[in-house]
Amino acid sequence: MNGATWRLIAVEGKLSIRDKAALVWGVACPLVVLVILGSIPSLREPITEDLTVFDVYVPVLILFNVAILAMTALPSTLAGYRENGVLRRMRTTPVGPVRVLAAQLVANFVIALVAMALFLAVAGLGFGVEPPRNPLGFAVAWLLATAALLSIGLLVTALVPSRAAATAIGTLLFFPMMFFAGLWVPIAQMPPLLQDVSAYTPLGAGMGAFQDAYLGDFPSASPLVILVVHAVVCAAIAVRWFRWE
Amino acid sequence: MPPVIEVSNLHKRYDDKVAVDDVSFTVHQGEIFGILGRNGAGKTTTVECVEGLRTPDRGTISVLGLDPLTDRLELTRRLGVQLQAGMLPGRLRVGEALELYSSFYPRPADWRGLLHDLGLSEKARYADLSGGQQQRLSIALALVGNPDVAILDELTTGLDPQARRDTWELIEGVRARGVTIVLVTHFMEEAERLCDRIALIDAGRVVVVDTPAGLTSRARIEQRIQFRPSREFDTGLLANLPEVSGVSRRDEFVVVTGDDDALNAVMAVLARNQITAGRLRVEQASLEDAFVELTGRKDAR
Ligand SMILES: Nc1ncnc2c1ncn2[C@@H]1O[C@H](COP(=O)(O)OP(=O)(O)OP(=O)(O)O)[C@@H](O)[C@H]1O
Ligand SMILES: [Mg+2]
Repeated sequence: MNGATWRLIAVEGKLSIRDKAALVWGVACPLVVLVILGSIPSLREPITEDLTVFDVYVPVLILFNVAILAMTALPSTLAGYRENGVLRRMRTTPVGPVRVLAAQLVANFVIALVAMALFLAVAGLGFGVEPPRNPLGFAVAWLLATAALLSIGLLVTALVPSRAAATAIGTLLFFPMMFFAGLWVPIAQMPPLLQDVSAYTPLGAGMGAFQDAYLGDFPSASPLVILVVHAVVCAAIAVRWFRWE
Repeated sequence: MPPVIEVSNLHKRYDDKVAVDDVSFTVHQGEIFGILGRNGAGKTTTVECVEGLRTPDRGTISVLGLDPLTDRLELTRRLGVQLQAGMLPGRLRVGEALELYSSFYPRPADWRGLLHDLGLSEKARYADLSGGQQQRLSIALALVGNPDVAILDELTTGLDPQARRDTWELIEGVRARGVTIVLVTHFMEEAERLCDRIALIDAGRVVVVDTPAGLTSRARIEQRIQFRPSREFDTGLLANLPEVSGVSRRDEFVVVTGDDDALNAVMAVLARNQITAGRLRVEQASLEDAFVELTGRKDAR
C-alpha cells in the first residue's frame, strides 16, 4: 500500500460519513432500537437460563448495521460511481478503479467496526449486557459475517446495470436477510423449516456463530464454513463479472 | 525524434455503428494538436482509444512508445486526460479531489497553484459546482500529475469567455513547459489560437491535417466585399473584372464576391470612377468557413 491508497481510503471514508443515509439507517437507527429495546423491562427477563430477549437482539442489531452498509450503502455508492463516470475517470489514472472499490470496502468495514464497538459498549455500559464470553469467537464470527455481506454487496454492484437497480436489489435482499437473522421473530421461535433455511443464509449463519460466542464457545464449524462460502463465492463472481461501464 | 502519439488505421465500431472508420495521425513532441469535426464525427472515440479507455477493432496506437492497452501503469503516469463526460463523487470537495489526484502521480504539479490558476474554490463540493466550474476542475485534474502528454476533450465547452481566455493562457503555459497536447474542440477561435496543426475528422475519417492557416487557404473560399457606393453606378463595371465572380445589390449596398485579389481590383475601378465605398466590409475566409467547407455541408451528403 502506498500514500495514494491510504488517501483514497480516507477520502472514501469521509464521503461515506458525509452520506448521511448510511449513518442514519446503518448506525443511528439500530442504536435507537437498541436503546428502546433495552428500556423495555419485559425484554430484560431471562428466556433461557443464560440469555434475555435483549441479549439476543444485540447481535441482531450488529448484523443490521453491517447489512445496511453492505447491502444498500456500498452498492448504491459504487453503482453511482460507475454510472457517473467516476470509475471511468479513475481508469485514466495510475491508481485505477479497482482500488476505489477496495477503498469503499475498507471504509464500510471500518464504519461497521466502530459501530459494532459502539453497540457493544452501549449495551454493556447502558444496560448491563455481558460482552460475548468468547471474544475471539465473536471477533471471528463478526469478521466472517462482515466479509460475507460485503461480498454479497459487491456482487449486487457487479451485476446490476444502474444505481437505481443496485439500491432496489440491495434493499430487496436486505429484508429477507434480516428476517433470517431473527429481526422480527427470533430464530429460536421460527418453525423448524425456517430455522434450517436460516442456517444457510449469511445472517442466519452469522447469528448462529454469534450465539455460540455469546455462550462462551468458539463458534461451531458449520456457520463459519457457510459464511466463508458466501464470502468467497460472491467475491469471486463479482470480480469475474464486474461491469466497469 | 519519434512522434509522441502515432495512430494508424484506427477503426472502431459500436455494435453496427462505425464510429471511427479509418483514422491515422501523428503528434509531435511539444505541439498542440487539434482535432476538429462535427458532432458524432468520432473525435471522442478516437481519443478514448488513444487513452486506452476503448479497445480499437483495428489499427495500432502508440503513445510515448507505449501501448495504451497493455502499458497501463506507465502510460497513466505520463498522460493527463480530460474526459468529455466524467464525474467525481458529488460530496467530494474541490481541494480534496485535487489533493487526492495529485497523490496518484510520482511527481505531481502544485495543486494549489492549479486551483488558483483555474479560479476554483477549495471548499466547494463537486455537486455544487456550476457546469463551467466542473469543467475547470476537470482540466485541473488532467494537469495535476504533471503529464508529458495531455489529451483534453472539449477543453473549454461550457466556459464563459473570460474563463475560456484564462484557460487558453494556462494551456499556453503548459505547452511552454514542453507538454504535448491533443485538443478536441468545437471552437474555431480556440483552434486558431492554440493549435499548431489540426486534424479535421468527418464521419470517422481524417479529411485533412494542416496548420490553421493551411486549412483556411485550402478551402478556397471567396472573399465577400460589401459597401455603400457614394453614387449610383453601373455594377457591370465590376462584374466584368476577372477577379470577381458575382455582384449583387442589397438595398443601397453592393455585394461583390471574388478571389483574394478581388478587393484591389474593385477598389481600383471605384477610384477611377471617383466613387468612394462607404461602410466597407470585407469578410475573409475563416477557419470556420474552412471547417464547414471541408467537412461537407448537409446538402453535400
Ligand atoms: N458508447 C457508445 N455506444 C454506441 N455508440 C456510440 C457510443 N459512443 C459514441 N457512439 C457513436 O459513435 C459516433 C461517434 O461518437 P463520438 O463520441 O466519438 O463523436 P464526437 O466526434 O466526439 O462527437 P461530439 O462532438 O458530439 O462530442 C456517434 O455516432 C455516436 O453516436
Ligand atoms: Mg466528443
